[in-house]
Order: sequence, then structure tokens, then C-alpha cells
Amino acid sequence: MSERIDAAFADGPAFVPYLAAGDPTYEASLEYVEALDRGGADVIELGLPFSEPIAEGPTIQEAVIRALEGGMTPERFFEFVEDLEVEAPLVCMTYYNLIYQFGEERGPRPFVERAAEVGLEGFVVPDLPAEEADPLRDACDEFGLDLIFIVAPTTRGEHLDRMREHVSGYVYVQARLGTTGAREDVSDQTNASLERLADWDVPKAVGFGIKTGEHAERIVASGADGIIVGSALVDIVAEGHENDEPTAETAARLETKARELAEGAARGANPENVPQPEQP
Amino acid sequence: MTELEASDDGTERTPAGRENETEHEGDDRPLEDGSFGRFGGQYVPEALMPALEELEDAYRRYVLANEDGFMDEFRQRLRDFGGRPTPLQRADRLSERYDRDVYLKREDLVHGGAHKLNNALGQVLLAKYMGKERIIAETGAGQHGTATAMAAAHLDMPCEIYMGRTDVNRQRPNVFRMRINGAEVNPVDAGRGTLKEAISETMRDWSQTVENTHYVIGSVVGPHPFPAMVRDFQSVISEEARDQCLEQIGSLPDSVLACAGGGSNTMGAFHHFTADESVSLYAVEAGGSSLEVDEDAGVAPNSATLSTGTEGVLHGARTHLLQDSHGQIMESHSVSAGLDYAGVGPELAHLVESDRVTPVTVDDDAALEAFHRLSTEEGIIPALETAHAFGFLHEAAGRDDADEVLGDSVVVTVSGRGDKDLETVIEETEKRGLEAAPDLSVFAKEGGLR
Ligand SMILES: Cc1ncc(COP(=O)(O)O)c(C=O)c1O
Repeated sequence: MSERIDAAFADGPAFVPYLAAGDPTYEASLEYVEALDRGGADVIELGLPFSEPIAEGPTIQEAVIRALEGGMTPERFFEFVEDLEVEAPLVCMTYYNLIYQFGEERGPRPFVERAAEVGLEGFVVPDLPAEEADPLRDACDEFGLDLIFIVAPTTRGEHLDRMREHVSGYVYVQARLGTTGAREDVSDQTNASLERLADWDVPKAVGFGIKTGEHAERIVASGADGIIVGSALVDIVAEGHENDEPTAETAARLETKARELAEGAARGANPENVPQPEQP
Repeated sequence: MTELEASDDGTERTPAGRENETEHEGDDRPLEDGSFGRFGGQYVPEALMPALEELEDAYRRYVLANEDGFMDEFRQRLRDFGGRPTPLQRADRLSERYDRDVYLKREDLVHGGAHKLNNALGQVLLAKYMGKERIIAETGAGQHGTATAMAAAHLDMPCEIYMGRTDVNRQRPNVFRMRINGAEVNPVDAGRGTLKEAISETMRDWSQTVENTHYVIGSVVGPHPFPAMVRDFQSVISEEARDQCLEQIGSLPDSVLACAGGGSNTMGAFHHFTADESVSLYAVEAGGSSLEVDEDAGVAPNSATLSTGTEGVLHGARTHLLQDSHGQIMESHSVSAGLDYAGVGPELAHLVESDRVTPVTVDDDAALEAFHRLSTEEGIIPALETAHAFGFLHEAAGRDDADEVLGDSVVVTVSGRGDKDLETVIEETEKRGLEAAPDLSVFAKEGGLR
């Protein structure tokens, strides 16, 4: 198991941003991820783009297409990780086919081995339910990486138990049904989900739809150990790309946004802070 | 094994023991974990898992155990609404041309004009039994979308269809039909705008709406239990065909030919023959313009997944895929929209791997020629998908080993009729200057049938 991920959740709520690696270009993307690190990221989820991202909404789907068009491949991704200069531990978010195809023989081991080599700490694989995860779990155990699962508002029963058995690092609590994408509201499905996981001994990070510092604050106040933010950040990258904004400017906006989210999360953990009622 | 299979050595015709034969079932598939050999599984976002569990439960109870008389109602509706059973017709001129008995399993005569209704009706009815309130589906050729829209209208369910932009443009008649049956049609702009993108988009919709929505997947693809369930709904094709062969010819056929996109026509046509070792089964894939692949461009100029693909995970299942060396899914190509898919059903992948089914390919030109041949010689305008199966018949019958490959009696499934394809056929026939075709230049000049 990754000690660096444990440590990231150890003091105070964790801010976990997501970006697709290579969006819109390799070089710009390096700067963007580093800006998030400066802005206070505790763990960074780096997307390795897959051509059929069925769990993503339109924002991240387009980011993935931009990154693929920019020439991102699994091996480039590993180089990207090596080129990054960040303090936060890195988790790879991708789809199972890329993990399965990597290297000479099929199966997850070569991918995990290479991930460990470049210093990644774990994986989130949205199309790999706990039922199909044994081979990847074994490889992760062998190389000391974490396997993070997404718990949906609909996850229950045996299925939840199986996930509990397999999960390490943190558990990704999906705040609402559907695909990724920034929303104006924060679902109260979150509270129900957190309650179901109350006695799990891994940190609970909530994601899907978090967009502002105020959202972050409320989510942490309602019991989350961390917040995961993807689309709201990818939106900034997309805007910068569409407006031909200089990379440094987009990076600065990402850093500001990261700080807003990290500070929101910190406020939510302050017991003096009474949680705001959910706006209708 | 039935008596007939035990005694049939593949050369001798054995008279049918009818009572036994109607009992015949294809060999049972492992259902416990939804796998077919190495293939299958449930590789989906977590939000969809409960829906799959619920569906698996419903599949076992209603489809496999006929709870509440589900299968009785399904069969009755297939008959009264769907127009089943479809004939097994001897094609006289093709038989003469190829010097063997050619039989057509006429799925083009099913309501809506394709085998797709068998599955759509089954799933929409199942959704009703499950208490779902909304139907979504993806479509490539528009045939599955049309069948789903018809079944949804018939059973009074609201329905939304996702369809790639390219397919919307090349299959307009079906887009109209879906709308006229009251379905919403949502064009999908991602990628090349074909079936693969439409499936991804429908899965996205489903992951937000699982609680009240059923996704009617259009082929034997996707996560368990879809491949097994869709096969069961489609297996009525081979159930009828097998009985009809025994009744009309007095024996099993020597070979069965069916075109394969996702593989529902194929699995439906093969299922009840898989235990009959004497029957050769050919899955005819779209060879497109070439079997070569341009990996840098991310494009396969064909849709021949079984013949040229490699193992991987897509749309919920481990199966054969058109993918590059990194595991990115490639854009596929076929002149026929319904075959234009980078994946294939996991059971079919397994049957190919275990040598029970032989995959073969037919390219765009040969399919178009076969389209015209069937139209002018037999008075049947086939779907371009179906035309691939006839392309293989033509090619194989011309080979030295034709007797070995095809045998004396051949069943070809006419998976659908070609009305939806007329614009494409006119355009492509002109473009290629196909000689065997009637003169269509006047239509082409006028911009197809627009
Ligand atoms: C007439 C017809 N045949 C065949 C197919 C191929 O699909 P499958 O391989 O699932 O039967 C289609 C798909 O739309 C079709 O419309």
C-alpha cells in the first residue's frame, strides 16, 4: 500500500484534482498539473486517455479526445509522469483495456510494474468492478500500489462488501448517479453514501460535480475525508485552449481554482464551521 | 445428443425424428459468471452494476424460467405482432447458379424488416415485466432503433434512440421510421459517428437513469447478461430454421451462413445448430475496403473483428476488438452501417476460438455485387449487411473446395431487407461502376432518392 497516499489523508481533508494527461498538449499539460500541485493538491488523479471513456461526461470526454489527438499513449503517459515535478502522490485513472494490453503478454502486471517504476501510487479504473479486479489487485499488491474503487449511490449489499475487500488507498464516493461533470448543486445522495461507508477503514473522498470552494466546504463538513474535482478544472483547460490563452495564464487560473477548492475543503473540516444547508 | 446428431456423419442424410427434434436445444452456456471461455464479463462503471444484477435476475426468472408466462407472451407477440414464423424459402435461381440447394431464412419478413425485432420485442417486454418506465437504445443501421421504437410503441413505453451522425445521414429512412413511431432520435457527434460512439453515449445515459430506464442493447454484445439474453431472444431464428430444414428437406443443412456485425443475427442463426457437428457455421464479416490497418490513423478499413481483431475489453465485455497496439479502439469501416462496429459478441469470439464457427470476410464491392444479384435474380432486395452473407456464398461456391466448404445444402439468413440502403446503394454502385448492377445513373445524377 502506498504510504504517500496514507500521508496525504492523514492531516486534514485531502484535495484531489483530476486532469487528463496531455490535454491539450504534452507540454501545456505538464504545466497545468504542476499548477494544481502548487495550488494545494494532496493527491493528483492523472487521466490516461482511452478512446471510449464510457464513465465520463462530455467535458472529460473532450479532454480525452484532445489528449489523444495530441499523441498521448500509455508509454508517453509514463514519460509524462517521470517529467512531472510535483510533490503530491499521483494516481492513474484509466480504463481496463489499456492496462490489459500493455506490454508483451496480456494482463495487468506489465502495466502495474511500469507504473511502479515511474512512481505512480495507485489506480482508479472506472470500468473495472470489484468482481473483475482480481488480476489487477494481485499486481497492485505485488508492486505496492493502491487500487481505488468508486462507490456509486446505488452500490449495496454483497457488491459493497466485495469492494471493501479489494479497496486500498481511499474510496472514491460518487456523489450522484451519472457520468462526471461539474454541477451547480451538491447532491445529498452523498450523505447517504458516506453513512454506508462509515465503518470502512480507508479515507472517503467524494467526487462528481464539485465545482466551487463552497461545495468543497459543504462536502467535507458532511463527513468526507477528501474531495475529488475533475470537470471544473478540465473546463479551465478547455477554455484556455479555445481562447488560445497563453499556457502560463491558464496555469495561473488553475492554481487559483485549486487554492479555492483546497481552502474550501479545509474550512469544511473546521468544527467551528456549521455546515450550510443545501440550496434547493 | 439426439438420435439424429448421433447418426449424422455429415454426408448421409438422416430422416428426421420430428418429436425429438423439436425438443432440441443448443448446448447450454455457462451463465453463472457470464463468461464464454475467456470472453464476456461485466466491465462497466460501478453505477451500472445494480442494473445488471437486476437484469440478470429478471433474465433468469422471466426468460429462463418463464415466470408469469413471460416467454409465452413473448412468443405470442412475436407471432401476432412480429409475423413469425418466417419462411425457409428455397432460392431456385441461386440453387441453380451455385449447383446446390440454397435456402433463405427470411428474417426480412419479420415486422420492421429485420431480425432485430426478435430481440427488441423481447427486451422491451422484459423491461415492462421489470417495471421500468423508459427505454433507451443505440442503433447503427437504424434497424435496431426502428425495431425498438416499434416495440416501444406497441407496448406503450417512451423511447429514446442514440445514433451516430454518420449513420443518421446514411440511414435516413430508418431515422424517419423511428420518429414516426414516436421515439426521440439523438444524433451522436463523437468520433466517426457510428455504432461504437452511439453505444458509449447510451451507456452514459443509462448510468444516470438506471433506476427507471432499461437499455435495450442491439446485439449480443455488452456486459453479462446481455450477450446470453439477446442470443436467447434471437435463437428463434435457428430454432425455426432447424425444424423447417428437417420438415422441408428431411435433414439438417450442411452449412449455415450469417453476416456478423455485433453478432446477433449470427448467434440467432447458429444457436440451435451448434450441437450439430455436421453443420458448418460461417460468420461473414465486413471486409470493408481492405483487411490492412492504418494504425497511425487509428482506422481499420474494415469491421472484421473476428478475422483480424485481438482480445480486449470494450463496452462491458472481454472479446475480440479492432484496436491499436496500445489498446485504443479503432474506427471501423463498412459500406453497411449495421456491420460497422469495432467489437463483436463474446460468445461468438469463443465459438470461433473453439473452432465451432468459421469467420470469413467479404469486402464492400463483393457485398454490393451480391446485393444486386439477389435483387435481380431472386426478387429480394437484401440489407447491405445481409448482402455480405451472399457475397460469401458466391465466393465460396466458385472455389475448388466448394463442396467441402458449403456442402449440398446451404441456409443463408436474410437478416433484413434493403429498403433502408437504397440511397447508399445507388451512390456506391455509381461510384464503383459495378457492372452487374442495373443502370442507376439517372438516380445518382438526381442525388439519390432525395
Ligand atoms: C439487417 C441487419 N443485419 C445484420 C446486422 C448486424 O448486426 P448483428 O451482427 O448484431 O446481427 C444489422 C445491424 O443493424 C442489420 O440491420
